[in-house]
Amino acid sequence: MRNVSHFRRLDDAAGGKVTLTFDGEAIEARAGDTVAAAMLSAGFVAGRETPVSGSPRGPYCLMGACFECLVEIDGEPNRQACMTEVRDGMSVRRMHGARAFG
Amino acid sequence: MMSEHFDVAIIGAGPAGLAAADILGKAGRSVALIDEQPGPGGQIYRAIATAGEQRKAVLGADYAAGSALLGALGHAGVRHIAGASVWEVTPEHRLSYSLAGRAASLSAEHVLVATGATERPMPFPGWTLPGVMTAGAGQILLKTPGLLPPSPCVLAGSGPLLFLLATQYLAAGLKVDAIVETTPSGNLAKALPHLPRALLSNRYLRKGLAMLANLRKAGVAHHRNATGLVAEGSERIEALRFRSRGKDHRLPCATLMIHTGIVPNVQISRALNLDHAWNDLQQCWHPVIDAFGATSAQGIRIAGDGGGIAGAEAAANAGRLAALAILADLGEISASERDARASADLAALNWHARARPFLDALYTVAPEFLDPADETIVCRCEEVTAGKIREFVDLGCLGPNQAKSFGRSGMGPCQGRYCGLTVSSIIAHKRGAAMDEVGYYRIRPPLKPITLGELASMELDDDDQRPAA
Amino acid sequence: MTTSARQPDVIVVGAGLHGLSAALHLARAGLKPLVLEKDYPGRHASGVNAGGVRRLGRHLAEVPLSVEAMKVWHEIAGLVDDDCDFVRCGQIKIAETEAEFDRLGKRAQEVRTIGFDHEEIIGRDELRQHIPAIAPHCVGGMICRDDGAALPFRTVIAFARRARALGAEIREGCPVTSIRRESGIWHVEAGGRRYEAPVIVNAAGAWAGHLAAMAGDPVPLQAQAPMLMITERVAPFIKPVVGAAGRTLSFKQFDNGTVLIGGGLRGHAVPERNLTSIRLAEMRTSAQTVGALFPKLAATRIVRFWAGIEAVMPDEIPVIGKSPNAEGLFHSFGYSAHGFQLAPVTGRIIADLVMHGHTGLPIEAFRPDRFNTRGEAVVA
Ligand SMILES: Cc1cc2nc3c(=O)[nH]c(=O)nc-3n(C[C@H](O)[C@H](O)[C@H](O)COP(=O)(O)OP(=O)(O)OC[C@H]3O[C@@H](n4cnc5c(N)ncnc54)[C@H](O)[C@@H]3O)c2cc1C
Ligand code: FES
Repeated sequence: MRNVSHFRRLDDAAGGKVTLTFDGEAIEARAGDTVAAAMLSAGFVAGRETPVSGSPRGPYCLMGACFECLVEIDGEPNRQACMTEVRDGMSVRRMHGARAFG
Repeated sequence: MMSEHFDVAIIGAGPAGLAAADILGKAGRSVALIDEQPGPGGQIYRAIATAGEQRKAVLGADYAAGSALLGALGHAGVRHIAGASVWEVTPEHRLSYSLAGRAASLSAEHVLVATGATERPMPFPGWTLPGVMTAGAGQILLKTPGLLPPSPCVLAGSGPLLFLLATQYLAAGLKVDAIVETTPSGNLAKALPHLPRALLSNRYLRKGLAMLANLRKAGVAHHRNATGLVAEGSERIEALRFRSRGKDHRLPCATLMIHTGIVPNVQISRALNLDHAWNDLQQCWHPVIDAFGATSAQGIRIAGDGGGIAGAEAAANAGRLAALAILADLGEISASERDARASADLAALNWHARARPFLDALYTVAPEFLDPADETIVCRCEEVTAGKIREFVDLGCLGPNQAKSFGRSGMGPCQGRYCGLTVSSIIAHKRGAAMDEVGYYRIRPPLKPITLGELASMELDDDDQRPAA
Repeated sequence: MTTSARQPDVIVVGAGLHGLSAALHLARAGLKPLVLEKDYPGRHASGVNAGGVRRLGRHLAEVPLSVEAMKVWHEIAGLVDDDCDFVRCGQIKIAETEAEFDRLGKRAQEVRTIGFDHEEIIGRDELRQHIPAIAPHCVGGMICRDDGAALPFRTVIAFARRARALGAEIREGCPVTSIRRESGIWHVEAGGRRYEAPVIVNAAGAWAGHLAAMAGDPVPLQAQAPMLMITERVAPFIKPVVGAAGRTLSFKQFDNGTVLIGGGLRGHAVPERNLTSIRLAEMRTSAQTVGALFPKLAATRIVRFWAGIEAVMPDEIPVIGKSPNAEGLFHSFGYSAHGFQLAPVTGRIIADLVMHGHTGLPIEAFRPDRFNTRGEAVVA
């Protein structure tokens, strides 16, 4: 579901390269990015389907207030992508509905 | 471990919080300056401590000016607790917060709430689609990771921030495909009587006019008086439909940045049950405060946009005033010294206030976002539509708290931040009642969700002795 | 003369579930009740509680009423034309140690000796069948298979709507500020207006003490603030409502996936201002309890804490009955944080008392005058 239209980096953006995976696919980000920024720059605008109706949602406010950007990070569900910094080797997954409880 | 005690706890490291911390730090007081973001600056000066020269050039001189506030962090007594979200503030001045997956608490003699503003909800059919973001989000992506949205990119709504974002995008070399302005057509006429007073602080107006001229010169399509906004798409936004000047439009877009003004962030002041007043022109509630930020609760002050929308420079003035009052309360300075030192900031606040009535009247929110069409989702978390809220009113629901019980609006993780104003306003319209009569959600802790594990392992002083008053 | 112009036969103070149930049953019996509510129906305990519908582990004095109420719950639509989202999901009290397990066994025996068999003991294996996610150390439990849960606010609305349909009138925003009896009639002032009726039912919840005192019935009522917390939505993993023998816990997952956690922990109540506040240290205890019993829930997020205002009596059982000191006054309050389940039957009892002066159910233990001057219950 990756879209060709992805967010583009300003030339001056600093920070070393970081590699993480989104639903298993390797994507590149810069150190200091949030997971939301990494997703958007790789062309993923949606991180989950809602538990209520299953409709797709993605980052909306980018400031930690709307909780639309929830994703699974390193196995932990419902993390705010816009408030979590990327780390090398991080595994990010889309969530589909309410997260299962083991 | 007992929780740490400070002279002052400041929540929010934006201009208000930083300016207050500077004065308190200079006076040698111990200050906890807590903010959710990893760096100081708040929303407006986000990432100011790390932004390079080119970024500052794109964002403009007003942004770069934020660097001046960073001196506050140099005082020995000022501890910047970054990346910490405060989820409870008690009337006894205990703050609980989460930092790196752990919950902790601290207490303070005085609390200054400087949590700023949030963007007003702008509900219309399709605003929940991925790829629709707030203009504030657009700015954050620009300030921190330096990201520009994919084309075609459309900006929709109203208010200075929308035009500022367009200007910044142009400066960064991004083609903005269109601005779809929803400012109601009668607004200019209503605003004009306030113009003479506003001209007294005409720097704001000159800046605004320059922005508009820039956009025109760059050839950005500008659709005015747009109504009936609908975002289309299945997996993400594909197009924006609207009506403007008697014609239907459909603009393809990969991203849609929306904005219709900012309102005080009242989560903490509401959770504390402080007195609030309704501002009819700005169509929002604000906590009732005096010139020094004093609220209806002992030892709790509010400064900056969280106390009423006035902008970044005014926020710094208000932060300094609150800090001076706190120093006087602590016995550090006399009342006359407080007043003497306050006069410059009070005068500046007055100056800023002159442009407000004009701007407020010019950019009132369009009716369709206050009383949206039935099929519009208003509570994004629980997916409750405007039509549902109206049904609840028919069943006897008189206010937003009953609406929660009827249909879960406001009960999701955002805690009503993006539906509170809309739900109250739909009920008010439907009942023909005033907003004050309808009221607002009761806000409960935790103000941000915390995990059961975090709470279970929290170190906490026993709070059982807390008085019930 | 229109029906609403007709003088009320009974003024019910309080549109919580007990007031509304009284109004519903009085209207069913042909009387005209007027309900006066200072806020709105279900604003307090009745609309914000945990919705547990349980006979499990009740005070022995309440058992006969609770069993009777449960029969109504199983066919609640017959009473109020709505299922109140009642589900017969069962309720289980967990034993974590052998000692607790023995205590549960004795308790079930005790209930059997007074003639009831709804409480059953289950061992380790059956406990795990019902609650696969339970921590390994739990040894067994006590179950009421036909207990369940309902949605409180929906239940209040259903009772209110049905009461209205039967002819009751409900006025919101009408705080009763004074009651006075003169020549066999109660004169009531509420919300700037005067009302009259021969009978008053005091169902004012945490505020019932004021009304009782005005009529010369001092009662040692305490306003308390039972606390609850609710999580984000998680996939369904548990059906029954769960309590614990050795800890304060009530734990339930709703159909929408959210998990409600509470049971017995109290915050601060300021009834004069309709305010409650949370005691975080107590909430932490709750979170620790959940951590001990459902370790896998540790990463689940809590979305909201809240507390409701409820009337608690020193002996933690309600006050139901005729006023010892005032003619034409009946009390129904003090449900001590477990009154939701009893509501369908308390209204019937009050209607019986008003109409006939007696009821078929045993209510001696709930006498309003059972307390001595120190506020202790004096066993008759
Ligand atoms: C958090 C919580 C969880 C609970 N969980 C459960 C559970 O799982 N299972 C269970 O069985 N029970 C539970 N309970 C208990 C149950 O909710 C109560 O026992 C029951 O609802 C009490 O009903 P009531 O009608 O007596 O009181 P309320 O519902 O409080 O009603 C009293 C009404 O009287 C009104 N009033 C007061 N004074 C005046 C006046 N002067 N004039 C006019 N109106 C007045 C008030 O505004 C109020 O609406 C819980 C309670 C709480 C608070
Ligand atoms: S995008 Fe709104 S919370 Fe992350």
